[in-house]
Amino acid sequence: MTDNRKMNILVPILSVLLGFLVGAIIMIAYGYNPIAGYSALFQGAFGSLYNVGETIRRTIPLVLTGLAVAFAFRAGLFNIGAEGQVFVGWFAAVWVGVTFELPAIIHIPVAILAAALAGAIWAAVPGILKATRGVHEVVVTIMMNYIALHVTNYLIRTVLSDGGSQSARISQSASLSTQGLKEMFGYSQIHWGFVVSIILAVFIWFFLERTTYGFELRAVGFNPNAANYAGMSVKRNIILAMMLSGALAGVGGAMEGIGTFGYMYTHASYTNLGFDGIAVALLGANTAPGVVIAAFLFGALKVGALSMPPLSGVPSELVDIVIAMIIFFVAASYMIRLLILRFSKGEK
Amino acid sequence: MENYVIEMLNIRKEFPGIVANNNINLQLKKGEIHALLGENGAGKSTLMNVLFGLYQPEKGEIRVNGEKVNITDPNVANRLGIGMVHQHFMLVDTFTVAQNIILGSEPTKGAAVVDIKKAEKEITELSKKYGLHVDPNAKVRDISVGMQQRAEILKTLYRGAEVIILDEPTAVLTPQEIIELMDIMKALVSEGISIILITHKLKEIMEASDRVTVIRKGEGIGTVNVDETDVDELASLMVGRQVNFKTEKEPADPKGVALSIKDLHVKDSRQAMMVKGLNLEVKSGEIVGIAGIDGNGQSELIEAITGLRKSESGEIKLNNKSLMHLSPRKVTESGVAHIPQDRHKFGLVLDYPIAENMVLQTYYQKPFSKNKILSFNTIYKHAEKLIEEFDVRTPGTKTKARALSGGNQQKAIIAREVDRSPELLIAAQPTRGLDVGAIETIHRRLIEERDKGRAVLLVSFELDEVMNVSDRIAVMFDGQIVAELKPEETNEQELGLLMAGSSKEEARQKAGDNS
Ligand SMILES: Nc1ncnc2c1ncn2[C@@H]1O[C@H](COP(=O)(O)OP(=O)(O)OP(=O)(O)O)[C@@H](O)[C@H]1O
Ligand SMILES: [Mg+2]
Repeated sequence: MTDNRKMNILVPILSVLLGFLVGAIIMIAYGYNPIAGYSALFQGAFGSLYNVGETIRRTIPLVLTGLAVAFAFRAGLFNIGAEGQVFVGWFAAVWVGVTFELPAIIHIPVAILAAALAGAIWAAVPGILKATRGVHEVVVTIMMNYIALHVTNYLIRTVLSDGGSQSARISQSASLSTQGLKEMFGYSQIHWGFVVSIILAVFIWFFLERTTYGFELRAVGFNPNAANYAGMSVKRNIILAMMLSGALAGVGGAMEGIGTFGYMYTHASYTNLGFDGIAVALLGANTAPGVVIAAFLFGALKVGALSMPPLSGVPSELVDIVIAMIIFFVAASYMIRLLILRFSKGEK
Repeated sequence: MENYVIEMLNIRKEFPGIVANNNINLQLKKGEIHALLGENGAGKSTLMNVLFGLYQPEKGEIRVNGEKVNITDPNVANRLGIGMVHQHFMLVDTFTVAQNIILGSEPTKGAAVVDIKKAEKEITELSKKYGLHVDPNAKVRDISVGMQQRAEILKTLYRGAEVIILDEPTAVLTPQEIIELMDIMKALVSEGISIILITHKLKEIMEASDRVTVIRKGEGIGTVNVDETDVDELASLMVGRQVNFKTEKEPADPKGVALSIKDLHVKDSRQAMMVKGLNLEVKSGEIVGIAGIDGNGQSELIEAITGLRKSESGEIKLNNKSLMHLSPRKVTESGVAHIPQDRHKFGLVLDYPIAENMVLQTYYQKPFSKNKILSFNTIYKHAEKLIEEFDVRTPGTKTKARALSGGNQQKAIIAREVDRSPELLIAAQPTRGLDVGAIETIHRRLIEERDKGRAVLLVSFELDEVMNVSDRIAVMFDGQIVAELKPEETNEQELGLLMAGSSKEEARQKAGDNS
């Protein structure tokens, strides 16, 4: 008998393999060589220290937005608003970075905390509306995304610059990016944010699985009636879950602000970091370790894709198809489960 | 040679760490009501899920009308004319009865337009034919449990079922609804349909069925004709020992008033006043049983005491401290335990392991957590202790509550609630879905709690239970306690009349006349 835990690991792995398989078939159908395509992809993601550094850099914010979505999901909430929370987090971190002069040991944590706070406040709105008025969080978070996009654009033009489309650079004391680390990874844009995201992943795992808070949150997610019967406050847990989720996504934005870029620019549209976080959480089965692995895979795919056209002639959009197929297979996990069951029965 | 519609031969079904079915034989004759009897966790639902194609057996053979078949999924079962009404209903709350019935085999006009008119007509015809009264246009969430069940039965008939499996259909029904269901079953068999009936109520088996197959701890014990057996024999066949039906107990020795309710008013979610000026006292060291027909305000009363529902006015006191407007957590901490009527909705987080369900209200206290960090060691030891003490049959403490049999889920809840040694124990339908052996155990537990000086408030729709266990019976009708009686000074008939709203004099007179 294949039990649930095994399934939770097998389904994503099989989905990834199937995603690559579909990608290969499409390449063949359009006259490309899939082996050349995929080896270019691999080269692009891991071919040199530079590429590894880029892959890690791309992974960092995805870990955080993935954790944000997964965390809310465990409490039974669907946080589509990670996108907007990334914007406000990015802005808050950069604002702290350009406005204050502090020693790095204080400056960096303050910038990250400001981002977390901004994300939390942004997410508190849908949380409170859901808890007190029963308004569905999906609707409110989608609206909050638009508000975040345009409000931060406005603030960049008015507060962080004089009508420009870009803020000043943050002071070096607030930056997660150091020359030494960059050098080590062939002058890629890698920064110390990977430490932040790993620490937060461990923290979230511990919080969910080992603390009384996590116990309540998961109970509310599984069965709010039983949680209420057991004396847990469903409302408080919904608000708490949304705010922590928002804080994580906000820190995801900070990683771009004080890590990758060192400034913030006006956006014409979404960064997609928040939306990719949904896919990462889904593939990672809403667990912290799963999210880290899934984010790494997505980071590698997105960075590796850039090398596909020059090295193999395969358009980089193929990777989008692969990613879409992976998500499709995870979402259609019922089908995959059936497949695994048939297969394991065949073995007997 | 006998002709059987269904034959299940030497069936074996394993789950990780447990053999749920071993060597079980069941042969169903055409047009019979065949009961399936066994303790909680004996493997009845599992066996039926095998027949319905939800599980694949490791060993054994299934024949339908003499032909060997391989039932790989419920669609195959449907095609073979097998329908099942599950222990826990599978209806879409927000759909109408008709929509639910046709779900999955919708009649269409043109290419893909659901022909709901045609469906409604067919449903009405079916329901007339078998006396299954439903309102096809009503939403499932608005109809009674009894009607939901009739909808489930119609669903199987609509799909052309010749064999219907009913998994504990009577556990959720009121006595009146049970009588109706019995009539429906008789109508069905007279039309040539065969029924497999799972129930823990031996009386029902004696009344309604033709033959009984008994399973004990996953093993097939055998099949007997109902005409040739009696309740005592059935009980001992299934449990493997003699069972006491009448609970032995010493007279109560009540102390001071523990729970006191004065002029309580409570509204339901639709803002209708359901508890209308209710007065009730429960003393320490006594069991008060509330007898009443479902829907007379019992649920609202319990929810008001436990803090799950706001009271409009009045007074609820436990040991002289007010419980009014306290949160459920505060009520629990004041010493109230609650065995809820709906164990899936309130009693358990089905996706939590059994051990974590055992600390659902106490996880934040020592020794189960320290500085907000859960002590899993203690939590799991605690669960082991309770499982042992209350004979909860589960493969282990890490097993999800979902995987336990219905009866064992209930035992787990009772273990958790009783173990807290509350000042007041509220038990709502505590033995629903339990086997006779387990009922005996639970009743003994309630009485033990009483003897330790706790106050016990029992709410049950089963008069047997109320009469057997209570020291005092309070009859609830239309949101009020209309009479208080001693069980030894009344009978089922008088109670029945009171529950239906007769005055005390009337009830006494009529019940007295007939006896
Ligand atoms: N999906 C499952 N996974 C693991 N174990 C299971 C599963 N379903 C049932 N079991 C186990 O198999 C045994 C038989 O369970 P089953 O539900 O068939 O009992 P039952 O006779 O219907 O009991 P009840 O009268 O309490 O409903 C139990 O020990 C139960 O814990
Ligand atoms: Mg069962």
